[in-house]
Amino acid sequence: MIAKLKGAYGSGIEPLTYAGQNYMVVDRSLIPEILQVLRNEEQFDYCVDITAVHYPAREKQFEVVWVLYSFARNERIRVKTQILDGVSLPSSVPIWTGANWLEREVFDMFGIKFDGHPDMKRILLPDGWKGHPLRKDYGILQQDNEWVQINLGIESGQ
Amino acid sequence: MTDQNTTLSHHDLETPEKPFLDANELVINMGPQHPATHGVLRVILRLDGEKVLGLECVIGYLHRGVEKIGEHRTYTMFNPYVDRMDYVAAVSNGLGYCETVEKLLNVEAPPRAQHVRVILTELNRIASHQLWLGTHALDIGAITPLFYTFRDREEILKIYEKYCGARLTTHAFRIGGLQYETYTGFEKEVRNFLNFFRPKIDEYEELLTTNRIWVERTKNVGAISAQDCIALGVTGPVLRASGVKWDLRKAQPYANYKNFDFDIPIGENGDTYDRYLVRMAEMRQSVRIIEQAVDALPEGPIIAKVPKVMKPAVGEVYHSIEAPKGELGYFIVSDGSTQPYRVRVRPPSFVNLQALDLMCRGQLVADVIAVIGTLDIVLGEVDR
Repeated sequence: MIAKLKGAYGSGIEPLTYAGQNYMVVDRSLIPEILQVLRNEEQFDYCVDITAVHYPAREKQFEVVWVLYSFARNERIRVKTQILDGVSLPSSVPIWTGANWLEREVFDMFGIKFDGHPDMKRILLPDGWKGHPLRKDYGILQQDNEWVQINLGIESGQ
Repeated sequence: MTDQNTTLSHHDLETPEKPFLDANELVINMGPQHPATHGVLRVILRLDGEKVLGLECVIGYLHRGVEKIGEHRTYTMFNPYVDRMDYVAAVSNGLGYCETVEKLLNVEAPPRAQHVRVILTELNRIASHQLWLGTHALDIGAITPLFYTFRDREEILKIYEKYCGARLTTHAFRIGGLQYETYTGFEKEVRNFLNFFRPKIDEYEELLTTNRIWVERTKNVGAISAQDCIALGVTGPVLRASGVKWDLRKAQPYANYKNFDFDIPIGENGDTYDRYLVRMAEMRQSVRIIEQAVDALPEGPIIAKVPKVMKPAVGEVYHSIEAPKGELGYFIVSDGSTQPYRVRVRPPSFVNLQALDLMCRGQLVADVIAVIGTLDIVLGEVDR
């Protein structure tokens, strides 16, 4: 299957394996297409997880990961793409409905926007929060002091 | 109020397209503090009278930044944190995390450790389902099962306490196996528990399964089709009750489950009643697994050779297990240092909660409570 995709998309896909798990690094430009193909033709109908990792040392700082599973093939695969800070990705909600909250969480924690998402707003943090905590430049003890001051009125002991 | 209002019959409630005479959409808040939302969950309901037109969940009240913390602790130090996510079924969380890190380190726990892990995890499944049964029945109005299910849960928690010292947030497993050898009398106590518990499932079924009120309140409530479940990413008993025979313990076996003989119960309609039946049947299957495991407990070491300072090679791994709530996955990225670079927890309750909107459309407010209960969410896991 990987060979077929590689044949169709050439240099846009780089298949890799680690610890017996297959994953592929895909060009940002191929993104909605590859996911569509994986769902419709290769039967990866269950979107397990969408997440991101922040590598500030790299030029393309963010790596967004889709973990997909196919019931028919009993196979799990990861699709990764690397994007610059500020670049947005097309939303996978038209492909898998369950991507809704998962993408909202990626936006909340990393600040990566998804175009075409029906409800792109924060999910775990309060709506007025400034900052995206899972980025590496957000401190472990850091919080949005302004929001805490206005809404909770407490002086944090940190 | 005109006379026309008094001629409305209950049939009008059942036809979703027909609004009440003076239909104004009412937005009601089922606040974060509520006896039946199983934690701090806020649900904003849009109602037409008592019929739900749509709802929105606001979560994040219990967000503790567990994933961020994971980047600042070593692999062993992070182990106790994972128990606190799904605090009802802490042992399963620990199993998922330890197995993922073991994959990163490329070690495998010895057979005895895997066996004991299966026993403790299945006991955990029973404990989690017992808590689910008690609280779900309580929300619907059946107060009696709560006391009995918590009593059974006590027996399991006593076993955990004797084994690792903690009842709820057990930290039972270590990376590479177990820390503690099973105490003398462990097998006997587990067998006693199984003998004590087996007839109890029948008792609870007798209380509820053919109970007219229970059936009225749970049949056709919160039905979801298999298609919708798969599209939404819903897993666990909810998916199985919709008819999809899929369980990670059989599809992608981990920790010794290959050696045990058990069935996967499924339902037909995907409504609350089916989910109840599926979970009761799962408890029976868990008893079966524990029986087989206790009879075949091998001798041997309980922990593999793992370096004291764990520095896995650069790489990333995704591993998931069948937690009592669904597919619990861990995606850990290692950069070669003692601390993980990124720990991502894929929480089953978070993804299952997305389905709440779809399941409650056109139902009554009281059914919303039943559906929240039947999804079996734990806010600690939803928010992390």
